[in-house]
Amino acid sequence: MKDIVPDLRVEQIKRLASSGKRLDGRGLEQFRDIEIQKNVLGSAEGSARIKLGKTDIIVGIKVGMGQPYSNKPDHGMLATSVELKPIAHHSFDQNTTKPMSIEISRVVDRGIRESGMIDLKSLCLESGKKCWMVNLDIMVLDFDGNLIDASTIGSLIALSGTNVPASNFGMGKDFSLPIGDMPVSTTFVKIGEHILIDPTGVEEAVADARLTITTDASGNLRAMQKGLSGALYYEDVTKAIEHSIKTGKDIREIIQRRD
Amino acid sequence: MDNVQLIDDNGKRNDGRGPEDLRPIKIEAGVLNNADGSAYIEWGKNKIIVGVYGPREMHQKHLQKPDRAIVQVNYSMASFSVDERKRPGQGRRELEISKILSEALERSIISNKYPRTSIDVFIEVLEANAGTRCAGLTAASVAMADAGIPMTGLIASCASGKVDGQVVLDLDKLEDNTGDADLPVGYIPLTDEVVLLQMDGHLTPQEFDKAFGLAKNACVEIHQLQRDALTKKYSQDPDEDNGEDQAGEEVVSE
Repeated sequence: MKDIVPDLRVEQIKRLASSGKRLDGRGLEQFRDIEIQKNVLGSAEGSARIKLGKTDIIVGIKVGMGQPYSNKPDHGMLATSVELKPIAHHSFDQNTTKPMSIEISRVVDRGIRESGMIDLKSLCLESGKKCWMVNLDIMVLDFDGNLIDASTIGSLIALSGTNVPASNFGMGKDFSLPIGDMPVSTTFVKIGEHILIDPTGVEEAVADARLTITTDASGNLRAMQKGLSGALYYEDVTKAIEHSIKTGKDIREIIQRRD
Repeated sequence: MDNVQLIDDNGKRNDGRGPEDLRPIKIEAGVLNNADGSAYIEWGKNKIIVGVYGPREMHQKHLQKPDRAIVQVNYSMASFSVDERKRPGQGRRELEISKILSEALERSIISNKYPRTSIDVFIEVLEANAGTRCAGLTAASVAMADAGIPMTGLIASCASGKVDGQVVLDLDKLEDNTGDADLPVGYIPLTDEVVLLQMDGHLTPQEFDKAFGLAKNACVEIHQLQRDALTKKYSQDPDEDNGEDQAGEEVVSE
């Protein structure tokens, strides 16, 4: 079903953007408020509930035992999945959201994996035979845009509070998941000639192009993803990188402040 | 595990409750923005969120009912809701529960007001500790009322059962795993109708009478909590409730 309302809004969004404003009153480079709840579930080894504006997600981490991937016999495993369930938006159903949920989970996974935030090598118990397996599952409860950043932030918080239940497996004492430098993603959309950070659902629906940039604490790039069928210019990308490094720093502080 | 003593010599259960005590229950109505109605329930260690969409167009035309709305429940357990990670996707247990909860909820609504439509109810179990179908049904009924769907009455639901040979109310996970019987009941106090009833295990007819009576009384108590949750949401000052939203709307309408 085609949602026509966002299309009617596009001219208004562009007009507001020309004077540096947005529908919800934010500036173009302003992230929404992030509301964080840590360890919200007793059944998970790590968990977090994140509200990014009206986007509401819950992240649960289960740690179990598995066999290392054959191409990485000395590494523990990380598996990330995102579920965009119909509870989150009237237009979501399992078939149509599958490509979207796969893209989000892969971008989130890439940022975490490529930054080396989790010391996966230390999660190998026996080369090629036995390792810890970290299942990172993200469930979207309410959708209002920018699931990639909400999911990344939620994952970082849930992972940093994760307990590996070694004693349940007769593998000695429980320990905290070894966590290092945190990768933070920031997502932008291009609408007309304007670049907006942290898009809402309406802004995403009318956007020409989307760009996610994941940076580490040193201000280096760790993952990127361009989405949607519009195009970007080199200047758009460099501008986004600059904002991403700056905003990433602020978000990293918010995440670590709650530790 | 069979030798675990579930009720101690003072008649206390493993979590300190007496045989006829409910676990603590907290219900909140209207917790999601996009869903037409929603509710969150914490029941002991169970945590469940429910979203309702509809009445809305029924896309599968062959399932439309020309004279009424149908209720489609999707009961689902999150992968991280249980000790050993559950694989995503609905298994046979979830499909069965979805079916019986759909049927229970359908009875509670005035369905002929919305012919050919579907009322979609999504029950997401975030943390499970026995009794999720009852807690889910209780929350779903609140979410339906929050969606403004006309109903004959709210469904309250609770299980009773038997542990250590004794009839008790509201089994937790340990009791459910090792107990002798489980009897989930869904009940509409306003109409005195039973809309969900299952049982497994072993009960004498006398024990059934006692267990059913316990569950029914508990449903009356839970019904009050449901009403309180709805009253709380709908008696709130709208300025306090949605201050931010309204500020947002003003910008939109400029």
